[in-house]
Amino acid sequence: MQSAVIVFPGSNCDRDMAVALETVSGQKPHMVWHGDTDLPAGLDVITIPGGFSYGDYLRSGAMASRSNIIKPVIEAAQRGVKILGVCNGFQILTETGLLPGALMRNSNMHFICKDAELEVINTDNIFTARYAGDTSVSIPVAHHDGNYFADDDTLDILEKDGRVVFRYQSAINGSARNIAGIINEAGNVLGMMPHPERAIDQKHGGTDGLALFESLLH
Amino acid sequence: MKVRIFVTLKDGVLDPQGKAIHHALESLDFSGVNDVRVGKLIELEVDSSVSREEIDKMCDKLLANTVIETYEIELPKTALETHS
Repeated sequence: MQSAVIVFPGSNCDRDMAVALETVSGQKPHMVWHGDTDLPAGLDVITIPGGFSYGDYLRSGAMASRSNIIKPVIEAAQRGVKILGVCNGFQILTETGLLPGALMRNSNMHFICKDAELEVINTDNIFTARYAGDTSVSIPVAHHDGNYFADDDTLDILEKDGRVVFRYQSAINGSARNIAGIINEAGNVLGMMPHPERAIDQKHGGTDGLALFESLLH
Repeated sequence: MKVRIFVTLKDGVLDPQGKAIHHALESLDFSGVNDVRVGKLIELEVDSSVSREEIDKMCDKLLANTVIETYEIELPKTALETHS
């Protein structure tokens, strides 16, 4: 599996993401700088990691989503390359328009850092196929802007089409309909606030994130 | 010329920061405040050749996220007269 991790100034989960990708695939991912204008050829998976790209200036993900590398990322998404955005990566994907909605400040105004109990709503997609049969998982969250917002029509479409992939089992940050992760219409772009790359080793306290990366292999 | 752009959350989008400030005002014994909404003021210093349409585009493409935000553009009075 050829993969890439996009690195922005202020990314801080890029190396964790690289470890997760290498753990399942045995291949080191390409670390791609935001200023680059091209992606390496032959990528199967592009990941946009967590962090505080550009210091969250203007809005979380706003500056990153206008950086050089995003144009080839959008083109790759349109070609069907798998795109995974975690936390700030999810915020960036909504800012690019690859995913609908927006991530707003948590409703309690606090930074939330804890293990979140999630339900995997849909295991019939390329990101979560390996969760089939075990759909109650614990994956860490660490965010200030994880409060998912979209208008009711958009939310209805997401639910009707099985595009809500992860849901918080109980309200945590004010997210509409407790949404924690969604996919695009074509099913090759996933954005999620919880950090699966922080749950791939028993030393992390759990391995519930591993199945997501294993799903990407197939 | 100086252009001022006010970016605010759309009606119906919850503003937890505004709510917290509202509570703080009440705790300071200010009464009669019915609601608080927080927004951003962005000031641009632009050439007079920059059109209103271009500033609109700047707002739509970057300065505001129109999924959750709305914006108002305030041009200097002289520019308004020139453009109208």
